Amino acid sequence: MKYLPLSPKDKREMLDFIGVPQLDDLFESIPRDLRFTSSLEIPSARSEMEIHQFFGDLADQNHRYRSRFLGGGAYYHFIPVVVDSLSQRQEFLTSYTPYQPEISQGTLQYLFEFQTMFCSLTGLEVSNASMYDGASATAEAVLMALRLQKNRKRILFSAAIHPFYLEVTKTYCSNLDLTLEVVPAQDNATDMAALEKALGPDVAAVVVGYPNFFGKVEPLADISKLAKQHGSLLVTTTQEALSLALLPSPGSFDVDMAVGEAQSFGVPVQFGGPYLGFFTCRDEHKRQMPGRICGMTKDRNDKRCFVLTLNAREQHIRRAKATSNICSNQGLCALRATIYLSCMGKHGLRELAEQNHAKSEYLKAGLRKIQSLTVDDGPHFNEFVVRFNKPVAPLLADLRQKGILAGLDLSRLVPGRTHEVLLAVTELNSKEQIDQLVQAVERLV
Amino acid sequence: MSEFREFLIFERSREGKVGCPLPACDVPKPELSQSLGAAGARPALDPFPEVSEVEVIRHFTRLSQWNFGVDQGMYPLGSCTMKHNPRINEAMAALPGFCQTHPLAPDEAVQGCLTVLNTLGTYLSEITGLPGCSLQPAAGAHGEFTGILVIKALLQSLGEDRKVVLVPDSAHGTNPATAALCGFQVKEVPSDAHGRVDLEALKSMVDGNTACMMITNPNTLGIFESNIKAIADLLHQHGAMLYMDGANMNALVGKARPGDMGVDVLHLNLHKTFSTPHGGGGPGAGPICVCDALIPFLPQPWVVSNAEGLMLSMDTPQSIGKVHGFYGQFGVLVRALTWILTLGKEGLVRHTEHAVLNNNYLRKKLEPHYHIPYPAATLHETVFNDKRQNAFGVTTMDIAKSLLDYGFHPPTVYFPLVVHGALMIEPTETESRGELDRFAKAMIEIAEMAEKDPERVHAAPHRTQIQRADETTAARFPVLRWSAT
Repeated sequence: MKYLPLSPKDKREMLDFIGVPQLDDLFESIPRDLRFTSSLEIPSARSEMEIHQFFGDLADQNHRYRSRFLGGGAYYHFIPVVVDSLSQRQEFLTSYTPYQPEISQGTLQYLFEFQTMFCSLTGLEVSNASMYDGASATAEAVLMALRLQKNRKRILFSAAIHPFYLEVTKTYCSNLDLTLEVVPAQDNATDMAALEKALGPDVAAVVVGYPNFFGKVEPLADISKLAKQHGSLLVTTTQEALSLALLPSPGSFDVDMAVGEAQSFGVPVQFGGPYLGFFTCRDEHKRQMPGRICGMTKDRNDKRCFVLTLNAREQHIRRAKATSNICSNQGLCALRATIYLSCMGKHGLRELAEQNHAKSEYLKAGLRKIQSLTVDDGPHFNEFVVRFNKPVAPLLADLRQKGILAGLDLSRLVPGRTHEVLLAVTELNSKEQIDQLVQAVERLV
Repeated sequence: MSEFREFLIFERSREGKVGCPLPACDVPKPELSQSLGAAGARPALDPFPEVSEVEVIRHFTRLSQWNFGVDQGMYPLGSCTMKHNPRINEAMAALPGFCQTHPLAPDEAVQGCLTVLNTLGTYLSEITGLPGCSLQPAAGAHGEFTGILVIKALLQSLGEDRKVVLVPDSAHGTNPATAALCGFQVKEVPSDAHGRVDLEALKSMVDGNTACMMITNPNTLGIFESNIKAIADLLHQHGAMLYMDGANMNALVGKARPGDMGVDVLHLNLHKTFSTPHGGGGPGAGPICVCDALIPFLPQPWVVSNAEGLMLSMDTPQSIGKVHGFYGQFGVLVRALTWILTLGKEGLVRHTEHAVLNNNYLRKKLEPHYHIPYPAATLHETVFNDKRQNAFGVTTMDIAKSLLDYGFHPPTVYFPLVVHGALMIEPTETESRGELDRFAKAMIEIAEMAEKDPERVHAAPHRTQIQRADETTAARFPVLRWSAT
């Protein structure tokens, strides 16, 4: 029992001190008929060596690919070594929520830095200390919009947002007094005519992807103008946070809430989680925000320090009247992102975003030379849709045989779109890999 | 703790420095005004740091030194279960075969990950005695949300539109917040003189409009709700369900199973009972386990096995839908499975026993010095308060801040709300007797100091790098991001 530090003698003496003959007596408060007296059907203890073997074998069962163009809300990016080594420091790893600021300044200060960086990225004034993921951040933004717009009960949600974000938002809204309406997509973007038609004085918020699920950069200036005309709030959700280092910020289009997924910043794809939801909004709306927020203050000796603040929104104070039931953040993932963004820096992150974009454009140009397929019209950041003249599932299977994980068969997430692939390109895709993909596709179609 | 004054990363920043240079771009760069369309590209990020790698390392290392973690010492934060976080769990979650696996890769390419999900789900069901399991919820509160929605979906499928969720007054704040988020009206059930749910009061509250009751067991006072079977029966008689908050499941693993008590849904906090690290606030994981009747309503997708192996299935038409972008906090799930397999069935039970032993030992040591408002037997944690110290003007906050000077993390303070000035102490099973003795000695010295020199306690902490942050000003005039001016 390597994690149990009591010796047999300790145990005996402790029981004596308590005044009970045996350990089981300490469980007297559990009625006899509710005790579990048999043995759990779980294997017996394993040594560290056996554990390595077990998980090593499992991890090896997952396929590895030499070349990967799969995104769709989870992106392969380079992660500097220092992100792992620093974020594994025990003081970060094994601490809890910074409720005692005197011994939690490390966590609090990086959260404050995290918030500042996300305000710079989104162009908004306030950021919280992170959410579970992009999907739940989107759902919480919808709920916040309804709190801000008390007499408006309709939400217009673009069909060009990640289908999983829509699914999660539906679940969050399923029992509340509101109507979640999906605005159709046209050519892989929000259908502007349909949006205009759907808008009205009862719309609390319009929610669009930026870039959207199909990798397209939506015309935010136009959407913002429309939404504002009707007194509706505008929410953007971004599934590839790196795009915010290159595209004009949501804030520059007068967006009210910019949320999304920041897995791209130093968090591995790790089969879908843990990831890093981000949530930013205008200053005037901050008291309706969900989640933890860190603020700067002073201690009794006038030293600058940081604390969790605006707690009056939260469940431990407000209980049933809280802005959200959330009582955690993605602390370690937020730390990873803060370290990652510090390493990349102002110009490095911009250069990285430009390289992602350049490589994606390079792949688009290569594919456009192939007759039997159509590349979606941009603008795109680093992801785009390609339509073939036959179902893509066999093509993708062939490419996997060649060690290429070539993108998402859209029909897996968008029913009926069997002839289309969503391709993502990052800095990890070399020119050589891109050329090989184009050649392989050319041979197979 | 480090004495260094560490600036914000933005204050270390100087134009032209870089921490991670990139390779040259190997493809031509497009003209952005064309490739990005009318809106073009954004101006430079500002503020945003420009620092070398050395400065990044020094910055975050120094920040880490201002934190207190379980590896440094006892962290008896009640209900949070700050136990040892084994490094093997970290190593297994970091295996490239897991980290590099994309959530949208085809099922045949992710059999290892699916096996992790399947195995963990099976073990959690075995531990809780509840046959269905969803690993999708990202945290305890998220598990509550999922569990209550699952109950609501079942009731709706029966044509029932019940409006009320009952929550004990000793419950975590997440319970009522969750019920409200799911569109329910919350009614508070009082505690009886022994700190348990007042069964008589409950009887008068349950009716055909009750959807469920949310109960924590052992409750937030560390006391086992010995009437739980009667409570479950009462709810079931009225067609309502019993939700159990599994925050304190570490007191029961291998000793008693919620499924055998009549519980219909339970969430587990993997970061508590199953030792995944708290990480300064997350990520955690909050799987739910459910009874047979609720299985069809669990979130999508879930893992099924067929001739080709395991696959993710969406074939559950009554499901509440998705609650997470993908399948939950996978990396956290790997850590929890590592813990379960390392301990094995015998180890899981030993851990529960030692958690309860450590708590009762500490309780016995502190009892002569601190008041226990509800003296019933406790399992893994005990709630004391500052009643005796109040006589000298010393409060729970003063006691907590004094503990900082002794090198301990304070207990949970001012919770549960049913206790005035609560000090909720949970030592966990991974503390040695020596550490428990040192902690008890510190607490006893503070109690003595409160009597002899209350001003000194009142003025604590004396040794920490910052002291008593001004939280009022922080909330009244919020500064939530850095700016150069």
